[in-house]
Amino acid sequence: MLRFIAKRVLEAIPTLFILITVSFFLMRFAPGNPFTAEVAMTPEVMANIEAKYGFNKPVHEQYFNYLGSLLQGDLGPSFKYKDFSVNELVAQALPVSVKIGLFAFIVAVTCGVCFGTIAALRQNTWLDYTIMTSAMAGVVIPSFVLAPLLVLIFAIWLEWLPAGGWHNGATQYVILPVLGMSLYYIASISRIMRGSMIEVLSSNFIRTAKAKGLSMPYIIVRHALRPAILPVLSYLGPALVGIITGSVVIETIFGLPGIGQLFVNGALNRDYSMVLGLTILVGALTITFNAIVDILYAVVDPKIRYS
Amino acid sequence: MLSTTANKEAVESFSEQLEVKGRSLWDDARRRFFNNRAALTSLVILGFVTMFVFVGPMLSQFAYDEVDWGAMHAAPSFASGHYFGTDSLGRDLFVRSAMGGRISLMVGVMGAVVAVLIGTLYGAAAGFIGGRTDRVMMRTLEILYSFPFMFFVILLVTFFGRNILLIFIAIGAVSWLDMARIVRGQTLSIKSKEFVEAATVYGVSKWAMITRHIVPNVLGIVAVYATLLVPQMILFESFLSFLGLGVQEPMTSWGSLMNEGAQTMEIALWQLAVPAAFMVTTLFCFNFIGDGLRDALDPKDR
Repeated sequence: MLRFIAKRVLEAIPTLFILITVSFFLMRFAPGNPFTAEVAMTPEVMANIEAKYGFNKPVHEQYFNYLGSLLQGDLGPSFKYKDFSVNELVAQALPVSVKIGLFAFIVAVTCGVCFGTIAALRQNTWLDYTIMTSAMAGVVIPSFVLAPLLVLIFAIWLEWLPAGGWHNGATQYVILPVLGMSLYYIASISRIMRGSMIEVLSSNFIRTAKAKGLSMPYIIVRHALRPAILPVLSYLGPALVGIITGSVVIETIFGLPGIGQLFVNGALNRDYSMVLGLTILVGALTITFNAIVDILYAVVDPKIRYS
Repeated sequence: MLSTTANKEAVESFSEQLEVKGRSLWDDARRRFFNNRAALTSLVILGFVTMFVFVGPMLSQFAYDEVDWGAMHAAPSFASGHYFGTDSLGRDLFVRSAMGGRISLMVGVMGAVVAVLIGTLYGAAAGFIGGRTDRVMMRTLEILYSFPFMFFVILLVTFFGRNILLIFIAIGAVSWLDMARIVRGQTLSIKSKEFVEAATVYGVSKWAMITRHIVPNVLGIVAVYATLLVPQMILFESFLSFLGLGVQEPMTSWGSLMNEGAQTMEIALWQLAVPAAFMVTTLFCFNFIGDGLRDALDPKDR
């Protein structure tokens, strides 16, 4: 087990390295540079700016400098917000995204597993059909349609919740973004959970458990849940990555000051160092999550033996 | 002896009775697909949407980029000729949703084609060649899997500008991973079949083997995943457009229409509702058709 974990962690390092390298050189070979868009500058000023950001050095030297500062956890200065480093901006934005993302993730897994199990237990009844039809709708309707609709219904028509803003993460400001972000994953997880739960419930060991006279809730919790949840577990990696990516849309709609918002603004302003830094940060998170999910999978599923 | 004419005739008529009309895999699949009501309805609806997208602009007196300051935020009405109303610049939404649909469907189909081409060839090659090549190719795939692609595409779009062709390629090029895995698995099982052995004995080259013998045999499953890929591509494009990184104005797509609509939904709900309805309908249809195809082509389901 320990060897598997070590191997999985070691594998993540070259992946991250390749991501950093590809992103960096894409940025350097992009046409123009981030300062050409501004008011025409004299060559002297331009040279000064280029010297400040190290653009006058050879590319390979810039690359090693960037790698060096990355190793110290420094993402460099922002090209757009002149007085801030990317680190400072990210440090302000990250807690917002983490809070929304974490809540959305917890809600998605809890509700998804519950709904899927209920649908499987009441297979082919109206309850099953209702859950599965809503799940289909939830999978098909994209978050950037759903979120404005949520705002329209709960904020503008019913006036129960605020339409956007952050206000230091006060509860009423968190509910709609979390809902908008998690509905798709609730739907997907319910579908996966229903399928695998139906399969597990028809297997021999469940019949044996029933024959022993165990109560249904006990059978579900004690016997059925663990094997049935495996497909959900392998979906968690993609789901987490999707939640991080989805933050871009949700934060734009609700006007939340998170990393998604930062990323989009960076992209629109051609703030290269910001976009590069965030891609690397998100890449690192993605790779870490995938590794964690793989390890978790190995812990839960006794049938998988990694060598 | 039995070789009298009467006997011969009897034997022949008996053998004719024995002859059962053969049913090919595709016949079976077609029959099953046409029995699937959801899939069939989706196919028809999708046909209508496609027709609207291509014919729609000709039915209206307005051009998609015609600004009319006198008719800003006009509600849908038949009298004015703005069947779906207008947007914040007074541009006709009927025509704009059709034009946007062209872009969205085109990105969807083209993206899926690029993904299918790369994925099928990559997967077939990895599965067929096997050995160390296979291991290296699959390892590469795993590395690519852990890339945050949405961010990567945005990175590309930021650095190289908003170009519809680039968006096609970028979207297609990052979506072939699943396809490659599926095709590789199929190839591995086909590889051990007799006809491949026969072709090897015949001296067929590796490339011809992959393109002429392996790929045609995985087309069924490829078709299913291609259908399921199209809605993903459409979503992907809308996602970019929604963030303002997609197609350039005055050209539009369902995603960018929804982006504009979402900003004005309090005063003009139709600006969000029209493109959203088109897109959700299309996505539903593609999903049902894909599910239908999968059920129809699944040999386990005989």
